[in-house]
Amino acid sequence: MIEPTIFELSREGRPGYLLPPLDVPDTPVEELLDPKVIRTPLHLPEVSEFQIVRHFTRLSQATFGIDQGFYPLGSCTMKYNPKINDEIANLPGFAHLHPLQSPGQSQGVLQLIYDLEELLKEIAGLDRISLQPTAGAQAEFAAMLMVRSYHQQQSGNTRTKVLIPDSAHGTNPASAILAGYKIEVVKSGPDGLVDINDLKRLVDTDCAALMLTNPNTLGLFEREIVKISEIVHAAGVQLYLDGANLNALVGMAKPGDMGFDVVHFNLHKTFSTPHGGGGPGAGALGVKSHLEPYLPAPTVERQDNRYILDTDRPQSIGRVATFYGNIGILVRAFTYISRLGHTGLRAVSRLAIVNANYIRKRLENHYHIPYNRPCLHECVVSAKDFKSNGVHAWDIAKRLLDYEFYAPTVNFPLIVEEALMIEPTETEPKASLDAFCDAMIAIANEASSAPDLVKNAPHTLAVSRIDEVTAIRQLDLREAP
Amino acid sequence: MFHSITPDEEQDMLKTIGVSSFEDLLVEVPRNIRVKGLLDLPPPQSELELRRRLKILANQNINADNTVCFLGAGAYDHSIPAIIPALASRSEFTTAYTPYQAERSQGLLQTIYEFQSMICGLTGHEVANASLYDGASALAEAALTAMRITKREQIVVSGTIHPHYRGVLKTYLTSVGKIIEIPHANGVTNLKGVKDAINGNTAAVMLQSPNFYGCLEELSAGIQIAHDHKSLAVVSIDPIALGLLKPPSEFGANITIGEGQGLGNPLSYGGPYVGFFATRKEYVRQIPGRLVGRTIDTQGRRGFCLTLQTREQHIRRDRATSNICTNQALIALRSTIYLAVMGKHGLRAVAEQCLKKAHYTYQQLCNIPGVAPAFPHSFFKEFVVKLPCSPATVNQELLHAGIIGGLDLGSYDPALTNHMLISVTEKRTRDEIDRLVDTIARHIKSA
Repeated sequence: MIEPTIFELSREGRPGYLLPPLDVPDTPVEELLDPKVIRTPLHLPEVSEFQIVRHFTRLSQATFGIDQGFYPLGSCTMKYNPKINDEIANLPGFAHLHPLQSPGQSQGVLQLIYDLEELLKEIAGLDRISLQPTAGAQAEFAAMLMVRSYHQQQSGNTRTKVLIPDSAHGTNPASAILAGYKIEVVKSGPDGLVDINDLKRLVDTDCAALMLTNPNTLGLFEREIVKISEIVHAAGVQLYLDGANLNALVGMAKPGDMGFDVVHFNLHKTFSTPHGGGGPGAGALGVKSHLEPYLPAPTVERQDNRYILDTDRPQSIGRVATFYGNIGILVRAFTYISRLGHTGLRAVSRLAIVNANYIRKRLENHYHIPYNRPCLHECVVSAKDFKSNGVHAWDIAKRLLDYEFYAPTVNFPLIVEEALMIEPTETEPKASLDAFCDAMIAIANEASSAPDLVKNAPHTLAVSRIDEVTAIRQLDLREAP
Repeated sequence: MFHSITPDEEQDMLKTIGVSSFEDLLVEVPRNIRVKGLLDLPPPQSELELRRRLKILANQNINADNTVCFLGAGAYDHSIPAIIPALASRSEFTTAYTPYQAERSQGLLQTIYEFQSMICGLTGHEVANASLYDGASALAEAALTAMRITKREQIVVSGTIHPHYRGVLKTYLTSVGKIIEIPHANGVTNLKGVKDAINGNTAAVMLQSPNFYGCLEELSAGIQIAHDHKSLAVVSIDPIALGLLKPPSEFGANITIGEGQGLGNPLSYGGPYVGFFATRKEYVRQIPGRLVGRTIDTQGRRGFCLTLQTREQHIRRDRATSNICTNQALIALRSTIYLAVMGKHGLRAVAEQCLKKAHYTYQQLCNIPGVAPAFPHSFFKEFVVKLPCSPATVNQELLHAGIIGGLDLGSYDPALTNHMLISVTEKRTRDEIDRLVDTIARHIKSA
């Protein structure tokens, strides 16, 4: 099925959207505005409402979400998104509240923000949370600015370097650079964890922070985390947690207890808000008390049983979002945490870990597993054994689409050749884990016996392999008028 | 609970894994940092309990659904066609993620391509990205983009840009750029101030039109000053206004950004919203965020994919054009559906109604003895009036009449004490406007 674009469906003169009749004086536009600023052509389609419904319904059917099938995209935590979360976020009292209404008119939403902060403090073992960042990467950036302000305040010197392991997400270096830092890469050791000696070599009083993901992008817990914390803190370096993988730790271990000074959470991952085809997400930012003065302003405070927005925060790094962040996502995350409660959250991490290890074990005789020992919420396998047949991790990902699964994260982390990073999450039934493993094993066999079948996948979809090179060479980024 | 594994299955799985208990999987997590027992959180709650409890919380908020809203300033109470929530809540869209696997994400990719096309159609630019977080971060990303293109590091910002946008810009440029802010002159950009501040190190001049005070800027003059110094001109715009107003690109703007909330998205106390970013084709390799391109599959059929990914953090890491990863795809989708429903005639009609209703409101308010127009400039759907009393007390009175009043500008600028910024969308009726005007008139008379 090739669905025409909305512009191709357009026909001149098709009825548009109906507004109520104008009930104020119909002064000609030219009398209200300088004719020089009035536009003539407007390149938008003319399509009927029914055509639009059919168009986007058909496009939705050519899209794959977790409600349709297993979506093992590593580091993205594609778990079931409970429908009650959406229902609550759509309540008019949350959905139709203007951000500049006075606190007196918005006590309910301010209380929800305050209460969500309390929940996250307990989950992470931290002293304060800001819910303003609109995404994890924005929270990372805000964190690095806070670290900068902290050092400036401590010693009059912001320091110049941020240390980042070679297994880290790409947002870490990009965020640290935006905050004005140079990057130094910490090597991973043979066990896939931070090489303590390399860390010791790099840590000095010119380092502002170590940005660590724990469990790391191999799904492995940094077992020397307490020692790492001691090493960096001895040099005054701030320890930052990229919380993308927090789904492994909820109710099991608190980042604050591991020595982290500042943490970002991807609320859309761990706390299960729909990923929306690439957002909106929400990034929360949690800190120990020594970093609290630098949190983005405003903060939500409680005074005499009333909730207020505190803009008087002189040491704050400032504002990162137009208003107070992605409130609709915060409502969903709050609903999720409240629904699960203490016992439910504990089961999240336990089953996420069991599921990931189950996949690791079922695949170990069929794929090279570079760090084959108990993992936490995700496991990384390598397709390097099939390279001699011309089959790459990327091809295996495409072939999985034929088996009606979405693909794992591919070619990441960078320290694993031909990586396939698989995160099943706790909500996936055993039957679908088994079906996925069966498919992975079948594809491994195909990669040996019929490599072209894998190299030319997918074969069963409306389109075959998409030509990404042509996309770049003949750049077509919009339907031109 | 939302998991699907039974206790028996869990035992079987642990057996397959080759461990005798779950604890054996945690060997690398030191015991002394493990949580003992349960977190100090409430117990699980049923849907029934949660719905009851959260409805009470939601009902504590006065909202634009049951109260007439004249508050704007960057977030607007426009009408939302029914098909937007109906289509955008389809779970294929809501529960997908970034379309890394193009072949199984064609529908989502096409919606993003259509979003890019419509933003180009609105702004008159050749390239638009797949979305940014919100209008403010779009402004900040535009500054960073201009700095990369010009290899300069100073940004000249008009004081008529939304103060929160300027705040976010300042945060983003904390360590990598320099900002010179030019205070407004009677509600519009102080062009002489811009001229005095601009120099050979200026990457961009940043303007907003209609600006924070609702006034239309003299874009061609401001943009010309930028170009005279080989700086870029960045303009922040209300997309609804583009149904009626010439886009900044026609006056030579290099980058046009804005907030897409008004395009079919609820107010939601400030988010999730969607930032858009459009520019000229020559800058395409410098722009931030995702881009979707139209291409072919191996059999020559039309297809779509993420493209020019070497700009992005997951490939380029410390040399990426931006740190953005997750953006606002679902809100961009809602905006795309909005623009499709409205079409070229509908968007124009919405813009005209905003314009005419705002002018009617303005006229009526200015007829009240003691109320004065603040700035002598043309405006679109927002304007400032000077009141003879505190806007806070006026707003209290309005709330009793079921109206959320305008923004008290005194808290943003002491020189604008007793000034109120009022926004009028197509949703407002003459009755509602008259009620606003009568309530204010009565309050002033009794004061």
